[in-house]
Amino acid sequence: MAGNEPTIGVLALQGAVAEHLVMIEACGARGVGVKRPSGLDGVNGLIIPGGESTTVGKLIDEYGFGNALLELGAAGVPMFGTCAGLIIMAGRVEGRHGPVLGLADVTVRRNAFGRQVDSFEEDVIVRGIEDESRPFGAVFIRAPVIEEVGAGVEVMARLEKGVVMARDGNYLTSAFHPELTGDTRVHDYFLRMVRESISERDMEV
Amino acid sequence: MEKATDTVKRGLAEMLKGGVIMDVTTVEQARIAEEAGAVAVMALERVPADIRASGGVARMADPKVIEGIMEAVTVPVMAKCRIGHFVEAQVLEAMGVDYVDESEVLTPADESYHVDKHRFKVPFVCGAINLGEALRRLGEGAAMLRTKGEAGTGNVIEAVRHMRSITGEVRRLATLPEEELMSAAKELRAPYERVVEVARTGKLPVVNFSAGGIATPADAALMMQLGADGVFVGSGIFKSEEPAVRARAIVRATTHYEDPELIAEVSRGLGEAMRGMEISEISKENLIQFRGW
Repeated sequence: MAGNEPTIGVLALQGAVAEHLVMIEACGARGVGVKRPSGLDGVNGLIIPGGESTTVGKLIDEYGFGNALLELGAAGVPMFGTCAGLIIMAGRVEGRHGPVLGLADVTVRRNAFGRQVDSFEEDVIVRGIEDESRPFGAVFIRAPVIEEVGAGVEVMARLEKGVVMARDGNYLTSAFHPELTGDTRVHDYFLRMVRESISERDMEV
Repeated sequence: MEKATDTVKRGLAEMLKGGVIMDVTTVEQARIAEEAGAVAVMALERVPADIRASGGVARMADPKVIEGIMEAVTVPVMAKCRIGHFVEAQVLEAMGVDYVDESEVLTPADESYHVDKHRFKVPFVCGAINLGEALRRLGEGAAMLRTKGEAGTGNVIEAVRHMRSITGEVRRLATLPEEELMSAAKELRAPYERVVEVARTGKLPVVNFSAGGIATPADAALMMQLGADGVFVGSGIFKSEEPAVRARAIVRATTHYEDPELIAEVSRGLGEAMRGMEISEISKENLIQFRGW
């Protein structure tokens, strides 16, 4: 695999799929929309995009994605959840509707900043991305927040309300939408996780 | 922190793509819609088919109904105001509704002007039957579009006409040389800057759903294949025999709109669809799609 462009799947049940595909291409990788569990075969990384978490959670159950996604995560394949994707990946979800996949060791609260009229843009410092002292123009839409993180979880960005980006091993999560900006640094960071995981795998072989 | 920017307003619509937005009139219907996988619900007092049947003036829904629905579901809640009725829009914004639909389905409040949507923090979705109307609404600040179709008929023909008209006009604009764009703007009766933007990018700058007359899973998939970003289903669900089953089937067909085998599977045994109306049997003054200026 080394040397070839990695393939990144974007879970395409509903939501901002096209925007992630554009960002993946801009980072020099190949993006594919995944509508069926069989579409996960051969992906080197997976993005669960923003959408409506209640809806996406139901469709994941309905199309039997649950086990396939858990296996993918357990195999160490990097996964990145943005906004609704964060809720789908979180270990614990406050309020109505419980956790869906329970992959990342974080506790999230839905709509933590309020309804749509309270949605906002804010410059945040994201640790670990390229040129990290330059703020990232983050877009928060009916966004969740991470209220608690487990011991091994790296906090990458935070606002007064709580954590808005975190990494737990191969699970990357953000409460905001890096795909709605022209700034590829967050996707570049995820691609770096993917490339590292590919080369670790090659070493094992 | 910056609120109510174009990115934030248009961004919520981006998150709804590939989904179904369902008209609901009660808390119970809202729960059924959410359970079926709706990405958002439209709270209103009467579905379009009932507005059509009972006549009279159709207005913004009772705030109590809307608030009950907002309490009951976690998906975004939209609500309709009358065309030009900026105070109904102010009320909906004050209540914290997630999106306002300035809708031709309600009785217009102004025969010349739409709401100045730039003045609001809450984003607006507006209907259009052609590109000129779509771009006029964008000029007024709409953050999402929907084709109008003919609401409350269960007949998809107008939705198809409007979607084909808009996508066709977008394609045509994209082929025009720069010097022809001003005349194109004049013909479309659309703001020049918006015309230039569409001509350069070859697409609408906001999400465009289909609405008005969608009654079956195949109708929803048809609109998706014709280029809709998602669908609104009004009377089609709760005027059918088995709303919960039909709602779920329409959601599945919208996700997998390019998979006829799956659409066949979800379309089996849905019970009776809403009865539906032939458009030519409706007198011109009773056609809802021509409301809006």
